[in-house]
Amino acid sequence: MRRFALILVPYLWLLALFLVPFVIVFKISLSDLAMAIPPYTPTLDLAEGWAGLVSFFRELDFENYVWLTEDALYWKAYLSSLQIAVISTVLTLLVGYPIAYGMARAPEEWRPMLLMLVILPFWTSFLIRVYAWMGILAKEGVLNQFLLWTGVISEPLVILNTNLAVYIGIVYTYLPFMILPIYASLERMDESLLEAAEDLGCSRLSAFWLVTAPLSKQGVIAGSFLVFIPTIGEFVIPSLLGGSKTLMIGKVLWDEFFANRDWPVASAVAVILLLILIVPIILFQRNQQKQREAEG
Amino acid sequence: MKKTLLTLTAGVAMSAMAAAAEEVRVYNWSDYIDEDLLTKFTEETGIKLIYDVFDSNDVLETKMLAGKSGYDVVVPSGTFLQRQISAGAFQKLDKSKLPNAANMWDVIEARTSKYDPGNEYSINYMWGTTGIGVNTGQVTEILGDDAPITSLALIFDPANAEKLAACGIHMLDAADEMIPAALAYLGLNPDSHDTKDIAKAEEVLAAVSPHIQKFHSSEYINGLANGDICVAIGWSGDILQARDRAWEAENGVELAYNAPSEGAMMWFDQMAIPVDAPNPDAAHTFLNFIMDAGNMAAASNYVYYANGNKASQPMLEEDVIGDPAIYPDEATLENLYTTTPYPPKVQRVVTRTWTKIKSGT
Repeated sequence: MRRFALILVPYLWLLALFLVPFVIVFKISLSDLAMAIPPYTPTLDLAEGWAGLVSFFRELDFENYVWLTEDALYWKAYLSSLQIAVISTVLTLLVGYPIAYGMARAPEEWRPMLLMLVILPFWTSFLIRVYAWMGILAKEGVLNQFLLWTGVISEPLVILNTNLAVYIGIVYTYLPFMILPIYASLERMDESLLEAAEDLGCSRLSAFWLVTAPLSKQGVIAGSFLVFIPTIGEFVIPSLLGGSKTLMIGKVLWDEFFANRDWPVASAVAVILLLILIVPIILFQRNQQKQREAEG
Repeated sequence: MKKTLLTLTAGVAMSAMAAAAEEVRVYNWSDYIDEDLLTKFTEETGIKLIYDVFDSNDVLETKMLAGKSGYDVVVPSGTFLQRQISAGAFQKLDKSKLPNAANMWDVIEARTSKYDPGNEYSINYMWGTTGIGVNTGQVTEILGDDAPITSLALIFDPANAEKLAACGIHMLDAADEMIPAALAYLGLNPDSHDTKDIAKAEEVLAAVSPHIQKFHSSEYINGLANGDICVAIGWSGDILQARDRAWEAENGVELAYNAPSEGAMMWFDQMAIPVDAPNPDAAHTFLNFIMDAGNMAAASNYVYYANGNKASQPMLEEDVIGDPAIYPDEATLENLYTTTPYPPKVQRVVTRTWTKIKSGT
């Protein structure tokens, strides 16, 4: 009985916070657009009993999914989101790994402070930090003023409202999610392994590739998923820092919902996005599982 | 900066909780009121006022159609109001609670009854035109002294747009404003619902789209005022506010607003009470407060938009009532057009066209 209760809790959690909302969104994705409150039809009317239920299900169809396949906009946006997510993840890894490495190799008494510094930005609202980047990257912004003053450039650089600004924003925002798991795996590493490698004639570089890199692999994988998964559906960063050419599925979704007021199509876009995300989420779960087993 | 933040946080749906103390929740456009009026309202009536802002009719309409927005007063523009009335989103106003309605201007009421017959559901808050904001210094430096700053050709002619891209062009992110503007530029009926005409407008907009830095409906105020951008198609009062901010900052930015010579859209922002408003009585009190001649004059003097309140006119400052960009003279008035809502099928084409124009896809 106690075992049953233990399993029940996470499943109830999953049911209430994932499955129920998903079923609602999926149901709307099968409806038709209407000018009413709420703006779709049919709506389920239980007062009519069985007949109402039958006619309700009869009116649902997959028309909106067909619509998604007929317009190049949607798959282009999915692909472009994937591309931006992949590039951002690689960039975050390139920036985050050396930081995590440096932190793990720093004297032990410094580490809590360094860890604190990585987490510190979370104390400020995410929106405010993105707005700060707008102030930094604008044509008359801090960065351009500085570069003009030093004489590196003679014309202000256009960074804000381009994809470059989106990459900067994503790397900045998600950096701690990359650093923390890598740091955790590096910190646990036994340094005598490196000494042994060097005793056996390894150069420092090859010792890194042969010992440190494989041992931090789990951290790198965990960090990459933590960056990749939320980046695909990212909306705030591309809409504030990106320009009109920044095509991401999060923005398309917003347009369907707000500009077209087409909840059924917006829901269909969301369902497909979820299906796309399920693959990396399952891979991530497997990786975590493997890691636990290896440790256990 | 603050306003867009508010817009975003307002995106989180509010729960329509039953109010314990008397309060009224108002959802209005950003940069659209003298904030002293908000404290004055609470002082005079004792009603707590919660004031949120948005910068796009689309966002407002989505909230209205979702239902239970929790707001007591909202401010859609004419065509959107008409559509939302037909969806059953608003309640009829109780005129007995609105004695200040006698202050309203019949000329504007006649025009707004096109959207809301008999003005049964709404009162006019402000009205204005959609036109061109220009940083005169930067634009004449690039295009010469004969730059067509009063014509849509300044932006819709790709040769001009390409040159001006260097100093930055913004355009409203509103398909229902930009497509009529492109039609006016082509000499076609701006209110056309013919998809062939919309395709012609698309050609004009798509040709200049690569030169547009951003499609956005509120960032251009700060952008123009700071000198980050040099041209924007935007709303009259917003551009005049930008002009004033630049003056106050003494940053050397000189801005001008012009209603385009090809014709400018005239729009009306109407205050209405949602059908499921939690505090309809307090909402009526707020509308009556807004229709007070002195309060309405204070709002217009602050935001540089014309209002639909005849009695407020003697209290308007000379640079508001005397500025033909705000209160157009007879000649300009003839050059203004209004639009009607697109039917759902055409609306789908319009928004799809707009996405294509903006993203190239």
